[in-house]
Amino acid sequence: MTYFPEEVVEHIFDFLSSHRDRNIVSTVCKAWYRVERLSRRIVFVGNCYAVRPGRVMARFPGMKCLSVKGKPHFADFNLVPHDWGGFALPWIEAAARGCPGLEELRLKRMVVSDESLELLARSFPNFKALVLVSCEGFTTDGLAAIATHCRGLRELDLQENEVEDHGRQWLSCFPDSCTSLESLNFACLKGEVNAGALERLVARCVNLRSLKLNRAISVESLARMLARTPHLVELGTGSFTVEHRAEAYQRLIHAFRKCKSLKSLSGFWDVAPRCLQSIYSICPNLTVLNLSYAPAIQGADLVKLIRHCFKLQKLWVLDCIRDKGLAVVASTCQELQELRVFPSDIYGTGTAAVTEEGLVAISSGCSKLNSLLYFCHQMTNAALITVAKNCPHFTRFRLCILDPGKPDPDTNQPLDEGFGAIVRSCKDLRRLSLSGLLTDKVFLYIGEYAARLEMLSIAFAGDSDKGMVYVLNGCKNLRKLEIRDSPFGDAALLENVGKYETMRSLWMSSCDVTLGGCKALAAKMPRLNVEVINDRDESDEMEENPSDMHKVEKMYVYRTLAGARNDAPEFVEIL
Amino acid sequence: MEDLDNLKATELTLGLPGTDAPEKPSPASTTGANKRANEECCLPVAKKQVVGWPPLRSYRMNSIRIRKMDAEDNTGIYVKVGMDGAPYLRKVDLRVYTGYKELMEALNDMFKCFSLGGAEGHEESGYAITYEDKDGDWMLVGDVPWEMFISSCKRMRIMKGSEARGLSSST
Repeated sequence: MTYFPEEVVEHIFDFLSSHRDRNIVSTVCKAWYRVERLSRRIVFVGNCYAVRPGRVMARFPGMKCLSVKGKPHFADFNLVPHDWGGFALPWIEAAARGCPGLEELRLKRMVVSDESLELLARSFPNFKALVLVSCEGFTTDGLAAIATHCRGLRELDLQENEVEDHGRQWLSCFPDSCTSLESLNFACLKGEVNAGALERLVARCVNLRSLKLNRAISVESLARMLARTPHLVELGTGSFTVEHRAEAYQRLIHAFRKCKSLKSLSGFWDVAPRCLQSIYSICPNLTVLNLSYAPAIQGADLVKLIRHCFKLQKLWVLDCIRDKGLAVVASTCQELQELRVFPSDIYGTGTAAVTEEGLVAISSGCSKLNSLLYFCHQMTNAALITVAKNCPHFTRFRLCILDPGKPDPDTNQPLDEGFGAIVRSCKDLRRLSLSGLLTDKVFLYIGEYAARLEMLSIAFAGDSDKGMVYVLNGCKNLRKLEIRDSPFGDAALLENVGKYETMRSLWMSSCDVTLGGCKALAAKMPRLNVEVINDRDESDEMEENPSDMHKVEKMYVYRTLAGARNDAPEFVEIL
Repeated sequence: MEDLDNLKATELTLGLPGTDAPEKPSPASTTGANKRANEECCLPVAKKQVVGWPPLRSYRMNSIRIRKMDAEDNTGIYVKVGMDGAPYLRKVDLRVYTGYKELMEALNDMFKCFSLGGAEGHEESGYAITYEDKDGDWMLVGDVPWEMFISSCKRMRIMKGSEARGLSSST
């Protein structure tokens, strides 16, 4: 291959779409490294602290799209203290200096300040797409800067961010000359927006295909917008509060009938069950339906709706759909690939909304199912074994039994055999989350059978260090391991230290790892950052009494080329 | 699920049934490592205090909380209360009470002229306070958390005498 001119090699590399493939070819020889790095357009950084921003920009000067992820996954569940880190500003600054041709930026679980958004807005003349997922630290002022300065913006996608509301004017900042928007998602914003400005914006952006409104948008406004966007493919409806006798409702039904391209629906925060009828005309075309923010819709109404949705590929619902509702999904949605069932009542003592029966029903009807997130009150080994047999194509399997450490209610046994069946049967499994009562045995099975597993989440499971060791020694493709409240200690942590350099990160909280163990790991492996995250109230105690025997409450270990980070708060100790 | 041998659950009291921590069957494994998990199983209240459990994104948890708060802004929940033998029904606003105790006291006051019985009398007279829930089933008042009760209660009925005897453990 080195006899080909560089343009040819570059052209061949164009066919490599995955980051992993491109990373691999860049290690073949210096020539390939050079061709690859100059032609790389899409760069993915899985851990913002694994590499310095400047180094990324220097290596890939032609970069057009950058994705960066910040906080560890368990930050989603409030296990990572608020100011742990994950700041976007250094990345935006480095990109402004080194890659001014940047067109797309995707950030996940990062702290994004208004200052960074302003810098972003002014630094990249060709900027086209901003996607922020589970981020925080910015206000609507930052959004105003983006709207004002990013000429030619195509995509503004805000997914589940914590955004402080500084007023509704930001949307009016899109100039009248802005007609380029193709995707606009502000569903996570809590405040009002200027409805008039929004309607005008939507009307003039003729290429708009995805529009996700927040809860403050009225149905009247929605109806007017839909009338101007008959080619919309994805819609987030906003609150959908309407009286079925109202004129707005009639206009809405009429508008929906014209939207023949609509394939994805979400929102519905306050919808009254009766008003769901307005979307019956679109249901047969739907491939994606997210009703997980609509607790007012009980099982019976959900079922009536779903009976129309026979092309559905992705369904997100609340557990008020009940086992019976899931049986209807199983018989109607033969194309289903992804199912997420969220709990609707986390404060109550659990009226058994969905159980193992619902999951078994789904598995017997939806043979194409490959991704599952299922919150339930109980699960049995027998059910999991049946599911494993019916659905061997799972790539993502996340089961959350709400009661930590709950055994199989029929046999009182741990769920080792059930999960064992899943990993044995689903040879392409990449992501697994465990729950219920589990012993070391389940980890023996995972280590032995889950050859393609990349991410494993463990909570309240296992008996001894052996459990964790089975996983570390067995799963050769493991990239992320996160463990909480499980009896794994220093012996397990230090058993296979080389493994951590092949992984992106390891998280352990409320386990049996001690400060001494963490120090030993840090000493053996200089290319890992071993972060000990202390609870704020204890951090004073820690300085006075840093005994090596002291159990570490939270530990985050990750491979890095950047050395210890210099932006860590005082309650984070980097060993 | 529920412990069928625990007749205490059916015993008539004016307080919440199960105000003592209920006994639950212990899981098979009793190794020290699982002890923490076992303890958390046996104390339903402890569930709420486990940080970061269930594993739901803050965004979703907040939405559920906001919805609960919105629901609480609603004006009164008026339900009919009937009592066997009483010539007319009453209506109570469930929002006015903070819990079962207050509700019971109020019902006592409302119906005492129909010999619901005073503090000492209630155990002998044999009555049960029941409610009709969203599914149309008649349930004993007091089993579920207060918030859940007021959101699902459609009307109430105070059963006396022979009908109530089946629910009382003292017969």
